[in-house]
This record gives sequence, C-alpha cells and structure tokens, in this order.
Amino acid sequence: MSAVADSPGAGRYIGRGLPRPGAKRLLAGRGRYTDDVVLPRMLHAAFLRSPYAHARLGAIDVSAAAVMPGVHRVLTGADFALLCTPWVGTLSHFKGLRSAPQRPLPTDKVVWAGQPVVMVIAETRAEAEDALEVIEIDFEEREPIVDLDAARAPDAPRIDADAPDNVLFRTRIEAGSVADAFAEAEIVSVDLRFGRHTAVTMEPRAVLADFDPSEQRLTVHQSTQTPYQFQDLYARHFGLSEARVRVIAPDVGGSFGMKLHLYHEDMAVVGASLLLKRPVKFTADRMEAFASDIHARDHRVRARLAVGPDGILRAIEVDDVTGVGPFSAYPRTSAVEGNQVVRLIGAPYRLTEYRADLTVVAQNKVQMSQYRAVGHPIACAVTERLVDLAADRLGLDPFEIRRRNYVTDDMYPHTTPSGYRFEKLSLATCLEKLHDLMDYPGLRAEQAALRERGIHRGIGIATYVEITNPTPAFYGVGGAHISAQDGCVLKLTPAGEVSCAISITEQGQGSEAIIGQIVAEGLGVDRDHVRVLTGDTETTPSGGATWACRGAGIGGETALQASRKLKGRILEIAAAILQAEPGTLDIRDDAVTDADGTPRMTLREVANLAYYRSDLLPPDVSPALTVAHHFAPRGYPFAFTNGIHGSLVEVDVETGFVTILKHWVVEDCGRVINPLLVDEQIRGGVVQGLGAAFYEECRYSETGQLLNGSMGDYLVPMACEMPDIVIAHVETPTLDTELGAKGCGEAGTAASSGAALNAVNDALRPLGAGISQLPMTPERILRALDVI
Amino acid sequence: MIAPQPLAVTVNGSPVRRFVEPRLSLADFLRGDLGLTGTHLGCESGACGACIVNLDGQPVHACLMLAVQVDGMRVDTIEGLSDAGVLADLQAAFHARNALQCGFCSPGILVVAHDCLASWDASGTVPSREAIRDALSGNYCRCTGYEAIVDAIESTARARRNRGVAA
Repeated sequence: MSAVADSPGAGRYIGRGLPRPGAKRLLAGRGRYTDDVVLPRMLHAAFLRSPYAHARLGAIDVSAAAVMPGVHRVLTGADFALLCTPWVGTLSHFKGLRSAPQRPLPTDKVVWAGQPVVMVIAETRAEAEDALEVIEIDFEEREPIVDLDAARAPDAPRIDADAPDNVLFRTRIEAGSVADAFAEAEIVSVDLRFGRHTAVTMEPRAVLADFDPSEQRLTVHQSTQTPYQFQDLYARHFGLSEARVRVIAPDVGGSFGMKLHLYHEDMAVVGASLLLKRPVKFTADRMEAFASDIHARDHRVRARLAVGPDGILRAIEVDDVTGVGPFSAYPRTSAVEGNQVVRLIGAPYRLTEYRADLTVVAQNKVQMSQYRAVGHPIACAVTERLVDLAADRLGLDPFEIRRRNYVTDDMYPHTTPSGYRFEKLSLATCLEKLHDLMDYPGLRAEQAALRERGIHRGIGIATYVEITNPTPAFYGVGGAHISAQDGCVLKLTPAGEVSCAISITEQGQGSEAIIGQIVAEGLGVDRDHVRVLTGDTETTPSGGATWACRGAGIGGETALQASRKLKGRILEIAAAILQAEPGTLDIRDDAVTDADGTPRMTLREVANLAYYRSDLLPPDVSPALTVAHHFAPRGYPFAFTNGIHGSLVEVDVETGFVTILKHWVVEDCGRVINPLLVDEQIRGGVVQGLGAAFYEECRYSETGQLLNGSMGDYLVPMACEMPDIVIAHVETPTLDTELGAKGCGEAGTAASSGAALNAVNDALRPLGAGISQLPMTPERILRALDVI
Repeated sequence: MIAPQPLAVTVNGSPVRRFVEPRLSLADFLRGDLGLTGTHLGCESGACGACIVNLDGQPVHACLMLAVQVDGMRVDTIEGLSDAGVLADLQAAFHARNALQCGFCSPGILVVAHDCLASWDASGTVPSREAIRDALSGNYCRCTGYEAIVDAIESTARARRNRGVAA
C-alpha cells in the first residue's frame, strides 16, 4: 500500500518528494540566524573559562577588567545568586537520580575545564575578550576525576562533596532467568568502548536576550529547537510572567539534540540583560563549543549473549557504565541515554531472559546528555556485535541468524523484556529487502575473490529499533515541563490563503515543508497558498517542538486534524451561502465543490464573505475562519520504527586506514510524507554515525583537559571520505494516528556505526583480529592487528 | 589596540568606505559593518569553509583575512553573487535536490562550487563524483551527508556542458 494511494486526502502532496520552500532563502544568503540579529543598544558577552577540570574558586579580581575600554559590566557568580533560582537535572521516574544544583556562574568551585566563571559585557565582543585577559582568579586545584572506573571506585575523591559517591544513578532491568539460560548455552561476550563525541552544529550556540523593564518583558532570540521549553525555564527561574517571556528561534544552523539543553551561558545572558536592561548577545566560538556544548556516548558496555546450538538466542546480560560529566544536564537529565541503551539492547529479537545494569557516573568533563539517536547507536552496536559473534560461533550467516531470531510478524503487539511495547515492526521484510538491495551473494563472492589478492573487505549489517513520537511517559511523568503535545493555529486569510502556525520547529530537516504539504492536502488547497510559521512562542501555539523524532508523527497529525477542523468551518460558511448541506460539499483546488468536484465558490469568495460581508451570513453561523487544534499521542507510549543498515568497507592492514565503500539503509518510518526529505535526513544521519564509527572522539588528558577541541583536531566526516548511500523504504504506518507517520531523523545514526563495526570486524576476522572500540581509528586497527 | 584605519573596497559591485580596526576580520567586517550576514562563521580558523567569499574572483576564507588586507580589492559575497544571477542554475539544482538542510554551510559551498564549475566549464569537462568530493574538501556540512550536494553540483556541471555544446 503506497503512501499516495491511501493518503487521507487526495494524494496530491502527502508522499511527494517536493523541495522545501524555505530552502531558497537560505541558498540566497538570506537566512536569519541568531547571530545575524542586531538590536539597538545591544551589548556583547564573553566568558572567562576555567583552565582546570576541578578546582576550588578563590578570590576573583575584576577591577582592572571593569575599567577596560568598552566594558559595561563584569559579572561573577555572586551577581546571579539572588536573580535566578538554581536548577537540578533530575526526573522523578528515575528513582535515586541525583545531581548538584546549578547556577549561571559558579561561586565556590569549578567542575570541568571550560566552565564559564566570569562574564564581561562590553560594546563589542573583541573588547569583552580584551577585558578577560586582565581578570585574576585564585584557583586551588583539586584532583580531577576523569576515568570512568576510577570515578566510581569507593575511595574516589568526590565531585560533589555532599554526595556519598560519584555515581549519580543506578538501575537494573531483569526479566526471566538469565542464569538458567546461560547455564545451558553457547556464550559470546563483548567489552565495547564508545568514545565521547559531540554535535558540531555548523552554527554554534547563540543567544540574544533583550529585557524591557518598562513592560517587564523579556525577548530572547536563541538558536534552539525548543523555544517553549526555554520560555518556561526563563520565566520560572527568573521569576518572570510566562506571558511576558518570548523566545524566538529564527533560522537554526543545526541542532541534533544539542540545542535543547540549558547551558550556563544562556542563563547568564538572560540574567545580564535583566541587570543591565539592555540587549546582550553571546555567540559561542568553536573552541567554546567543543568545551561546553554537551558531549554524548561515553559508554563502556560489557555484555554476554547465550545462544542455543539451533542458533536461537536465549538471553542477554548487560553492564553499561556511562560517564556524564560533573552533573546531570537540565531539564532532560543525563540518565536518559543510558536508560535507552539498556532498554533497547536486544529489542529486535525474541528474548524473554534479559538482565541489564546501568551505572551513570560523574566526571570532571563537559556535561554529557542527549544527542541525535539518544542511546540507539550504543544499543544497536552492542546487540548486533553479539549477534554476529553468535553467528560466527555457530557457523551461521549474519542474515540467517537474524532471520531465525527476529520478533515475527504474528507476535505484534509485542512487549520486550525491558518493557517497550511495539505496535508493529517490519523486521523480516527490511532484512530481505536489504539482502536484495546489497546483492549480498555477489558481495560475498567479490569479497572472497579479493581476499585471494590480499584485499581485505568487510561486510556488516545492523538492525535498529528506534523510539519516536514520545508521549508524556518520556519526560512529563518525571515532572519536567517538556510538552508531549503540539498545537496548530490555522487561518484562512481574507484573501483565501492559508496561514499555519505550529509548535514544531525547523532546523533544516523540513518541518515547515511537510506541515505545508499536510495542510494543503488536508484542506484541498494549493501548497503554494499555505504559509507555515514556526519558532516563535508569541506567534505559535505552545507545544513540544522538535526532538526525539516527533515532528512528523505528532506535529504532522496536529496539522492534519487542524486542517480537518478548518475545512469544517469553511464548508459550514459556504453551505450557508450556497443553501446546501456541509456534508455534500468538498474543497478541491482552492474551491468549495459539490461532491462530484464541480466548483461552487472559491476559497477567496468564502473568506471575503466571512471577513467583509458577515452581514450576509445567517445569525447562527459564525464568521470565524481561524481554528486552533492540539494533539497528544494517546495510544502506544512510543511509536517504534525499525530498519537495517549494510556497510561495505576495505581495511588497509598496513596503515590501518579504512575506506568506506558503500552504505545501504532500509528503513520503515511509517507513512513517508516527503521521500526527498526523508532520504536526506537518513543520509545525514548515516554520516554522523560513520563519524562516530571512524573519526569523532573528544579526547581528554589524565587531568581532564580536552585535547582536541578545535575543528582542526576533532575529525568530522568530509565529502571525500563519505560513500554514496543507498536507501529503500518499507512503510508500516502507525494506526494510532490518521496520518500514520513515525519519525525518521535518527534512523541514519542509530545503526550506521554498528554496521560499520561489524563490517570492520568481518574484514579482520580472517586475520584473527577483532576491534571493540569506537571510533575505529587507524591506530586502534593496527593494535587489533598486533602491528603496533 | 591600534586606531581605526581607512578602508576602501568594492563589495558586490558597490564602492564602500569605512574606518576599521586593524584586527577586524573580513568576515566580521562583512557581517557586522555591512550587514552581509550570508557569510557565516563556523570555526573562525579556516577549517569549516562557511565563511568563504570571492576576493578579486578567487574564493578565500573571510575569517582568515583582515578587513584592512582587502583595501582596494573587490569582494563578492553570497548576496552579491545571488543578486547577479551567476549562481541561479546552481542554486536551483541545490533546491531541487534538497542539497542543504540547515543552510549554514551553503553559502561557502556555493562560492566554492561556483569557482570549480567555472574551471571545469572552461576546460570542457564534466567532473567525476570523486573530483567534486575532492573540491569540497574545505567545506564541512553536518546535515546532508554530502551526497545531495555532489549530485547538485554534478547535474549543474552536466547542464552547463550540454548548454555549451549546444551553443
């Protein structure tokens, strides 16, 4: 069943690969990103950052800085103490999770190298930076806590002196009897290490706060994906009226989950504007971005899999230790990633025996929290590595062992041992589709032939199950003010065009484009006549915005239902004029028609009438042509998607360099609204995952210094290193919504590093070597090969 | 700090005269003094390519140049190149292929691609995908995975070549 054939409207727009209307503006250099915004009387902020990973804060002398040219104010932690209430990154459903209170700037100690300590506000950024150089601070160095195992040792020095240890959170998931299963099976095990990496959005974080004391109004322009969340945070922590706080997210130059966490600089900039009563701007430079944007994926996972001689998986046992930096990030916590790792491991397989331990450990490093495909790449790599090892042990092909063990189509709805409920996945269909797409037998034959010539190619596959469309079960039940619903206000303008204001946001993935398509189809109007507004808390209804792959599934459904509502309004007004029953009318091509499609009056005529000649309407018919609609998912707690990746690599055993030759993805995100955008989302996601697999790692010294905090040192995939990526779709729409869409933004990242890990190990296997650490750098591959 | 120096430069075809601090980068001058915010700053160290503009017809990193260094020269930014229409087919190809997402890297990539296309066009060749990927080795993109960008540049090169042959 194709998306077009059974789409809820006329099939004119949903399912079509239309280019994004907003992209033309960006291509012409007419984008408007936060740093582009200039306000009258605007000042600039710069921060003095801690050179130490762990130190007690002594005297701070800012007297010389305060009199530097252009300097308006120098602020320290004490200046914010009474202005702003502290924040704590905990959620009540993560029982026992604790974290020290955070403030804009520290008053007693610093806990990572790069933490902002003093803020200078000046006429220009350059003048603010000049003044940083003459500030003197007495730091009393303390022992930094860097290594995961050392940090959780019972006698380790503590980051938070009041805490019993450096473990912020522990949880165990247990189902069935793992011990019995392991007693009578073959056992394979892994000890996998995942390097910390970071989002590297092309546009660094930027925030411009403008407080107007005459109206007690705060306006914040911010490069964020969640403006409503920040509206709530600024209002609550600064004691302002929420209705007088406006957050505007103009064009956003990439976010990937990194721009939804609260950063100390955000609060300091807002606080500074409140104190100075003038607009204050801060834009992170790239070094600051590396040293203060959230990092992700610092995990060490030991896991075992029990498999029967028949190739049937019996049980999995997991121990995940994750280092999250000095505290739990706010407001989403740093426990979500590990929680998703231990809940997603083994998810595609028929397993009843499962046990997983998660330990979330504090360290003196940059805070770690949610980044694109939260936890998924770790869970996928662990699971799929174990499955490949089991196949190898039993002499089975990687495709065959998966065929034997996937949750089967007759098992849905299916609940995993970790408690996730799947409405319906398409695992076997995706597996077979990938097999054909790759020409798997041909690849294996080519691999064997090339091995004869000393060329070492590897083929790897990795299955993923992805969490999308989260309900309040995700954050709301834990007490966070993070909305799971979305809102849409839809208006037929006096000229008969459509204005759509929606709470999901746009960071380039095409949210505005797909909402326009859904509304155009839902209403029966030309796509060009729909204008979509996002990213401004004052002009759009409140809602969850864009994260965790919820834009299409929840935002899209909201827009579709809103368009149904507006259509009803239009038809009621038209029916009154045409002396017909609304149920006998329809809208097509911007006109009200009879059921057979015969045009009766244009939307412009309906709108003209309602706005300018409401005297012609019967008294019981409202002239309103604006509707508001909100939608929150009520069915399954999450809409799970699935898919599978294939990776073909070539390993140079003399240099350790890996060439990524080709990558394949078969994915199922439910109804595809715009295949052009879905494909590019997946390709971009794959490349971020391949970055994690081969290049990206935030490397620290033993003293907690970030060693590669610049774009020259931290490797990000470039055009010449990346392969072409082949994509195919399977569509299993969710029946929880009329639209049927699930998320697609994390599908690329979720499994690409796992597929690459299996591919490299497939290449190394005949050489008796294996690798179990990401990124798979040339040095690590040579060590695995015992060359160095 | 040294006192502001006089600067005379032609930007997007128009003469501009300003006094600027010697330490001011060309990128900050274009963005801050002239409001040409299409030139983006991603790293300020010449690695990411988001700030690339044409200086006397050659692509340069505006973050690595000082404004005072361009005295007497001609600077063309994404705004000027767009208004002049010289990027129109390339921009249309990027749009049709969705060869951008957040768009932050796009101006730098378009300037580089424009320069490469001119030389490929002059030599009468259609570049291989490897040659296009190599040409983009100074431009980071974090959103697209590059393939769509390569496609858009390749199709533009082919269309220009076909037009050239037809003419």
